[in-house]
Amino acid sequence: MLNQSQKLNPKLWDKKVDAVAIRKGFGEGLVLIGEKNRHVVGLCADLTESTQMHLFRNKFPERFIEMGVAEQNLASVASGLSAMGKIPFISSYAMFSPGRNWEQIRTTICYNNRAVIIAGSHAGISVGPDGGTHQAIEDIAITRVIPRMVVISPCDHIEARKATLASAELGVPVYIRLAREKTPVITTEDTPFEVGKAQLYYGDEETKADVGIIATGALVYKALKVAETLKKENVSVKVLNISTIKPLDTEAVIALAKTCGAIVTVEEHQIAGGLGSAVAETITQGYPVPIEFIGVRDQFGQSGTPDELLEHYGMGQSHILAACKKVIDRKNQ
Amino acid sequence: MLNNLTNEKTKFLEEKAKDIRISIIEMLVSAGSGHSAGPLGMADIFATLYFYILRHDPKVPTWPSRDRLVLSNGHICPVLYATMAHAGYFPITELLTLRKFKSRLQGHPHRDFLPALETSSGPLGAGLSQAVGMALADRMDNGKTSGKFFYCMMSDGELDEGQSWEAILLAGKEKLGNLIVIVDRNNIQIDGYTEDIMPLENLSHKFESFNFHVEEINGHDFNEIVSSVGRAQAVFDGPSVIIARTIPGKGVSFMERDYKWHGLPPGTDIAGEPPKEEQAKIALHELRTLGGQIKSEHE
Repeated sequence: MLNQSQKLNPKLWDKKVDAVAIRKGFGEGLVLIGEKNRHVVGLCADLTESTQMHLFRNKFPERFIEMGVAEQNLASVASGLSAMGKIPFISSYAMFSPGRNWEQIRTTICYNNRAVIIAGSHAGISVGPDGGTHQAIEDIAITRVIPRMVVISPCDHIEARKATLASAELGVPVYIRLAREKTPVITTEDTPFEVGKAQLYYGDEETKADVGIIATGALVYKALKVAETLKKENVSVKVLNISTIKPLDTEAVIALAKTCGAIVTVEEHQIAGGLGSAVAETITQGYPVPIEFIGVRDQFGQSGTPDELLEHYGMGQSHILAACKKVIDRKNQ
Repeated sequence: MLNNLTNEKTKFLEEKAKDIRISIIEMLVSAGSGHSAGPLGMADIFATLYFYILRHDPKVPTWPSRDRLVLSNGHICPVLYATMAHAGYFPITELLTLRKFKSRLQGHPHRDFLPALETSSGPLGAGLSQAVGMALADRMDNGKTSGKFFYCMMSDGELDEGQSWEAILLAGKEKLGNLIVIVDRNNIQIDGYTEDIMPLENLSHKFESFNFHVEEINGHDFNEIVSSVGRAQAVFDGPSVIIARTIPGKGVSFMERDYKWHGLPPGTDIAGEPPKEEQAKIALHELRTLGGQIKSEHE
């Protein structure tokens, strides 16, 4: 059952559970941190409303810089602002930032040790109709390999708001991964959030379970639904929400491996290099158990509705459920 | 406001530029790799900046009111390191550690190792963006009259990079009067002469059409360097660029104007050049005597 101590949305199982775009939490959080800290500045590459940075621009026009469609400049100008004591947030679609401007992020932000926060909106395959060019499904991989970079992938808009507020105080480069689509609201204001800390949303820490799901982003909701479904079949599941992919909460991951003995990772991203890889790097060294990976298998996306695409590329609820059963079988062999 | 140079001050800058060039050769020989042509070509401009123009304090590199100098084309760092050492940022003897393991003087500049640097650089085309960001931040905090200037040193070759033009567009849009770009117009890049590889002319017109105030100077004439920076400082309502015509390899006759020396140190086997064992000796002799203008060499 849901972990009561997490104080998750009491209406989580309602058919009409509230759904809000994760990116909206970023927009709201940026206004809040802008009110609190006058050094916060916003830069956007011609996608101000799409990335929800317009909320900040409308409130603090003198601290907003419209960059035009120029993501490389976006990253390096932010580095310069940071050098002068500003706390720059830069926003675009994840495909373009950190996609197109990866080297500028590596050299002028991370190598230079500049605390710039990169908000990549429209990440994942659920961007939908725009098609494969706009579906960032490699962004976790390319950001988490850069030294110093913190990588955060919130599961709903409330967590995105908390992540945005927290990022401004970290003093290191941060990538925040945001989704376009309306996403069921999983958490509440009272749900614990800490950068670098995984939270167990389903099951409890001490007891054993048949399988542990490690999920990130919008798919955390689907993982919770699978846990609830499997409960009815007398299969016990734990669900760990990894909102900080780097640095990974290795303690929580290892603890899950120990109490479950079988792991399924779930992400809207290529399996190569994403959350699943990060988990595998940890588990194989710390406490090897069987792992199944849910994610995109070395393919590009295409146009379609989010649900069509998630089903087609193997990230639907049925796929997560099947992966749970498969990994339990592997454990019991 | 910058005053015109006195004869005495010009002599002083000449002497500093000579010392910097000698250090560059010694560093490159010690490192066994690195770039010769660009650093030698920019020695006069770096000497003038650090010994006459810049507001800075080598003993307090983090002085908040300092001018900022961003080196975008990081590969010419031997001239930056040599100038900083001669200006008192760190001991001149440390120059011989260039490119060596654990040295503060990395092959391309890295702030982690040498925090007195304003930025790390190497990959081309990104320095101007950072200088623009710094200039914007200062204007946000201190308005248009803070008195700080943001100098971006860049090469002509790196204008091939699209990002350079993204930054130039933004600087023009934002009318950054506190930004002064100095382009090392030495007409060479690794593969050959710039106008063969990727023509840049008419470079002045290009910058003008992006709303820059443009100065074109002889980058080895101290008076022109000072007066052009003075005029750029006086331009209040937009960014300035100084296109400095320089001779790559300046001061070492066999390197001058030859693109082959872009990325190589003295001591390299090149057809038609002096024997590699002789190159450093010839270079140092020419520099110490200013190409024969001074009769007795002071060793």
